[in-house]
Amino acid sequence: MNKVFENATAAVADIPDGATLMLGGFGLCGIPENCIAALVAKGVRGLTCISNNAGVDDFGIGLMLKQRQVKKMISSYVGENAEFERQLLSGELEVELIPQGTLATRCMAAGYGMPAIFTPAGVGTEVAEGKEVRRFHFNGEEKDYLMEYAFEADFAIVKAWKGDTQGNLIYKDTARNFNPLMAMAGKLTIAEVEELVPAGSLDPNAVHTPGIYVHRIFQGMNYEKRIEQRTVRKRDQ
Amino acid sequence: MLDKNQIARRIAKELRDGMYVNLGIGIPTLVANYIPDGVSVVLQSENGLLGMGPFPWEGEEDPDLINAGKQTITTVPGSAFFDSAMSFGMIRAGKVDLTVLGAMEVADNGDIANWKIPGKMVKGMGGAMDLVASAKNIIVAMQHVNKAGESKRLSQCTLPMTGVRCVKKVVTELGVFDITDRGFELRELAPGVTVEEVKEKTAGRLVVEGEIPVMEV
Repeated sequence: MNKVFENATAAVADIPDGATLMLGGFGLCGIPENCIAALVAKGVRGLTCISNNAGVDDFGIGLMLKQRQVKKMISSYVGENAEFERQLLSGELEVELIPQGTLATRCMAAGYGMPAIFTPAGVGTEVAEGKEVRRFHFNGEEKDYLMEYAFEADFAIVKAWKGDTQGNLIYKDTARNFNPLMAMAGKLTIAEVEELVPAGSLDPNAVHTPGIYVHRIFQGMNYEKRIEQRTVRKRDQ
Repeated sequence: MLDKNQIARRIAKELRDGMYVNLGIGIPTLVANYIPDGVSVVLQSENGLLGMGPFPWEGEEDPDLINAGKQTITTVPGSAFFDSAMSFGMIRAGKVDLTVLGAMEVADNGDIANWKIPGKMVKGMGGAMDLVASAKNIIVAMQHVNKAGESKRLSQCTLPMTGVRCVKKVVTELGVFDITDRGFELRELAPGVTVEEVKEKTAGRLVVEGEIPVMEV
């Protein structure tokens, strides 16, 4: 078994036009920078991207939007991206906005082998249009829930802090976010890591994503890790 | 009339020792600056952290450590990281005691709208729909009227809804209101604000009973 790839270019080489991709990250935190750059260089088009956000104008998924590689975006929050807004309002880009917890849990459901989930998020709103509503007595109250389907993606592309040659992954801090959920949900999952180590080097107790969910792994490079909102406390003079 | 920081300070008085609290973007974030002495709460950030601390010292920002507003932050001792499904899992399961968030409109039955202005602004709901659908206790921090002077406290939301019958309390520049079956019940007035002014600027059902205390700021 060899899951190790040379680099991002090799790992995404067979992603075809029209594929459905999941991309991990929250804002610009924990995004698969290397794979996004490789997809931009490869010029693959007509993509459906499932990702919590759509990057900013000149970084993250924003780079793919700029090249008009994305046909449809499925996200929970898409502010902070003028090009995105332009394509959305002009009708060039199809967009489906869904609640953040619904997005996360639909990915999780796929990885857990469950076709659907029930969530109260969006009941009574336009998110509920056309969806099955069920009333449950649960957690001490009677309430309506929406049925939401598990996500199926051709490729899931995630970023981890450390990974081993078996594909086991460990994430750092809030860069974890959607990455472990999307890693579970891809028919084929590609992981880029800051540090790739031989099997046996990671503490099995510390592994967040077991390697069974990961098909390809490579050592990433030149991480920019751009900060969207730099907020600090000034030291006393 | 209250300014943003005073609204946040008033909401902070609702915090009780041991609470798990989710603070939304904007005025709600400021609530963390006014946590009363002797009250210890754990702040949840829905991108995957319990135990959010203040902004980092200059030069110590870590791009892997941000809050739901994408701001660089720190952790406090005893914090924990988790993925986004677990984050909304704990919200859905009712483990988070209090949610404070902003709104564009609130109706007198507790409906809230805060994610979309058709044809103008489509940023998305982020985690707001999940939060309002599940939180046991929701306080909204908002401006009573918009820039055009129109009430944002209505009998029915005009914007696309975020959640229905979920808001329990609203704090605005004019005062504190509980939302009950009878509508917005005025509990406290901001200094310098009269009941008449509140009536004038509230479009939904308003209940004013007895002497209304003026809040301390």
